[in-house]
Amino acid sequence: MNAGAFLKLFARNRLAAAGGLILVFVVLIALAAPILPLQDPYAQDTADKFLRPFSDGHFLGTDHLGRDILSRLIWGTRLSLVVGLVASFGAAFFGSIIGIVAGYFGGRTDNWLMRGIDMLMAFPYILLALAIVAALGPGLTNALIAVAVVNIPFFARNIRGVTVTLAHKEFVDAARLSGMTDIRIMLSEILPNVLPVIVIAMSTTVGWMILETAGLSFLGLGSQPPVADLGSMLGEGRNALITDPHASIIPGIMIFVIVMSVNLMGDGIRDALDPRLRSGALTRPMARTLVDRDAVPEPPANPALLDLQDLRTEFRVGNRTLKALSGVSLEVRPGECLGLIGESGSGKSVTALSVMGLVASPPGVIAGGAVRYAGQELLGAPFSELRELRGNRISYIFQDPLATLHPLYTVGDQIVEAIQAHRSTPNAQARARALELLNAVRIPNAERRLGDYPHELSGGMRQRVGIAMALANEPDLIIADEPTTALDVTVQAQILALLDDLRRDRGVAILFITHDFGVVAQLCDRVAVMYAGRIVETGPTDAILDAPAHPYTRRLIACVPRLGEGRRALHAIPGLPPAVDDLPAGCAFAPRCDKATDACRTGEITLAKSAANRAVRCLYPEGDVA
Amino acid sequence: MGGYILKRLLAAIPVILGITVIVFLIMSLIPGDPATAILGSYATPENVEKLNRDLGLDKPLVSQYFIWLGNMVQGDFGRSFSLNRPVLDEVLERFGATLILAGTSLVLCSIFGILAGVISASRQYGLADKAITFVVLIGISIPSFFLGMMMILLFAVKLRWLPVSGMYAIYGGGDLPDLLRHLAMPAIALAVVATGVIARLSRSAMLEVLRQDFIRTARAKGVKENRVVWRHALKAAMVSIIPVIGVQAGFVLSGAVYIETVFQWPGVGRMLVTAILTRDILLVQGGVVIVAACYVLFNLAVDVAQSLLDPRVKI
Repeated sequence: MNAGAFLKLFARNRLAAAGGLILVFVVLIALAAPILPLQDPYAQDTADKFLRPFSDGHFLGTDHLGRDILSRLIWGTRLSLVVGLVASFGAAFFGSIIGIVAGYFGGRTDNWLMRGIDMLMAFPYILLALAIVAALGPGLTNALIAVAVVNIPFFARNIRGVTVTLAHKEFVDAARLSGMTDIRIMLSEILPNVLPVIVIAMSTTVGWMILETAGLSFLGLGSQPPVADLGSMLGEGRNALITDPHASIIPGIMIFVIVMSVNLMGDGIRDALDPRLRSGALTRPMARTLVDRDAVPEPPANPALLDLQDLRTEFRVGNRTLKALSGVSLEVRPGECLGLIGESGSGKSVTALSVMGLVASPPGVIAGGAVRYAGQELLGAPFSELRELRGNRISYIFQDPLATLHPLYTVGDQIVEAIQAHRSTPNAQARARALELLNAVRIPNAERRLGDYPHELSGGMRQRVGIAMALANEPDLIIADEPTTALDVTVQAQILALLDDLRRDRGVAILFITHDFGVVAQLCDRVAVMYAGRIVETGPTDAILDAPAHPYTRRLIACVPRLGEGRRALHAIPGLPPAVDDLPAGCAFAPRCDKATDACRTGEITLAKSAANRAVRCLYPEGDVA
Repeated sequence: MGGYILKRLLAAIPVILGITVIVFLIMSLIPGDPATAILGSYATPENVEKLNRDLGLDKPLVSQYFIWLGNMVQGDFGRSFSLNRPVLDEVLERFGATLILAGTSLVLCSIFGILAGVISASRQYGLADKAITFVVLIGISIPSFFLGMMMILLFAVKLRWLPVSGMYAIYGGGDLPDLLRHLAMPAIALAVVATGVIARLSRSAMLEVLRQDFIRTARAKGVKENRVVWRHALKAAMVSIIPVIGVQAGFVLSGAVYIETVFQWPGVGRMLVTAILTRDILLVQGGVVIVAACYVLFNLAVDVAQSLLDPRVKI
């Protein structure tokens, strides 16, 4: 990121900019102290002690010795800023030397230096500072040294971390081979690269160091009378806190203003430099996906178990809109297994998550269409109704069971929770039911496994737990989002067999998301093929496998290797799916299709019924589809 | 578990030894004759000579350290010349008062920091989030000693709700309500900054966790949203919040030095400041070693708590 872009981002953060402005103002006044028409900060006038603010000749009043508070405030600010900055530079200088040396040499040097740093960090910081001041004696210079020393470990650790990653980069090796001395390498190769880190670390600690030196002065261990920084002004004012509070309030507010503006700026710098915050990735998904649609489609004449009607889900990132789904319609009938297949990025997972409003939002928005469960529209339903259905009538099995199971709860607790979320079942009974479910998904030693944490199970076992959890409330529909993709092939086959058995035994419908036609062939009654956020072909699995109608489907099937057909050429599909923020007009597959004509690149191509139970979105379907 | 704690206790020994080495080295920086520095400028020559002999200051630095260490292991931290009593007795008595103050603050900042962070994260960019973020920003910027003084002005002087200073309960006389009345202001003033820091980190830890797949799983199960946030997300976030509380304990202990001075709380922090100003070096030395060693043990307890929470940590 260049300096211009950084400044722009920084300025966009209004609070940070405000902090910066205040700080610049304070610094300018402090710098100008010698040329401002201020009274002598040390001139005492006991006759005029503790004058209130706005008195004649003393804008902010006077202190216990009748000295002008405005003048002392500005000179004190100047002193506090200088001391804070010098302490910060000192800590940065020595901390960086230790960090660079430790990180560059590594091994024993690193070990000993970092041990020492760890020892320093074992102290509550002020004890160390107090010990140093105790040894050296009270005084501003000694307080400064103490604060600097206490902050050395922070710099040493950060700089060491960065240096370690640099020490084995090619350019450092090259410098070493060219015969440069270690000291030269550290100065000319390492230092320029860690400098930004040093600057950031300084910007985050300088406010803190101003506060700390002020604190030591407040305790009487820093600046000694008659010289006063903000801390000792506050400390002196404290003696007359109750009778003359202005002598304490004024320097206190000044410290507060400085520290706050430094904090604001530090936050701004960090936000501008942290790329994760910039993209807005650190937003948390809400409990359900936002719905922002103009009209609700008419209910179907003949509702199935699940009907998706012209579903449009988008991701709104900044001012870009990524159309993940551009009108997906499909239906799942009771007890049926529908395979939804496509490449990664085709929108199949978004389709699956849209059903129960689980698309992360922000940035996801459902911009149109309807989801109906047994005729009941879900997108407009109140959250409590949606939550009642989740995991109860419609449940999910997700792809990576290690990431999708809670790492800190036992699998037993997680299954019990799935049950109790919808039924007020006593604990013992829910536990018995969980055991039953683990047995149903063929987990050996189920009784013992109930008390295991997810990380103690193998991948296949974890996915069985995921399936048990999905079955907990005897749902009508299970949405399985690539449940076998993360597993190895033998385990994959076992899980598929298990799902197939469960479906036949319990009559539960399955919406099975996959990118693998081999899996579809094994499990699904019907299949819907997705490409670039649309369904391009649907029909009975056997029929489509025998005679794919869409060129994309044909290519996809050709990707599956078959045993005993070793001589058949395996064709990868050339090109990549289109970016969903820039969909071409007409058929999205046209750029990758060898049959595409100009007609394919204009206008809307509809999903047309091609035969009994079959439909295809293509102007030139393959072969003779009967 | 017991084995793990024992292992951690053994690992704490070198750290505590390291602390004594650092304190010893810092104290050897004292300019001039240490015995004079320790006894003050009014010491008689006989006293100086006796102390030099007692402390082994005529011996080389390394043997001096081991003599000092040996004495400490036997519970002999020397005598405070200004109080004329054993350092250990004084430190332990004062440390009790500090623990009451710092402990209360740590509990307050943990509870309110986590509450604020979770509410802020679960209503990201909402009104509550913005309000909390703003208050937190002010909280972490206000020097605790200044805040304490302002609280005295408001609650003790103006409203007359609470006593200005002191803590009488543990020295007899007062009962628990009396202690609480004295404790309220200093404990809150001390907790404010740490509350802000914990709130900030809890917020970002929660935002990080709420994006995880297992949160989506909980929602897909139909778990109530409150439970998703306060059980599933918070439990996972605690893994990164607990170490922050451990670090904040050090800051609360440090802040106690200021707060004890502002509220004249008879704790170890105010004792150290007075000891420095009166050049009572042995008292400073002993106080620093004892408090730092306790802090090491506290951090050990934090690590143990962490391992209890997270089954993935190998113990």
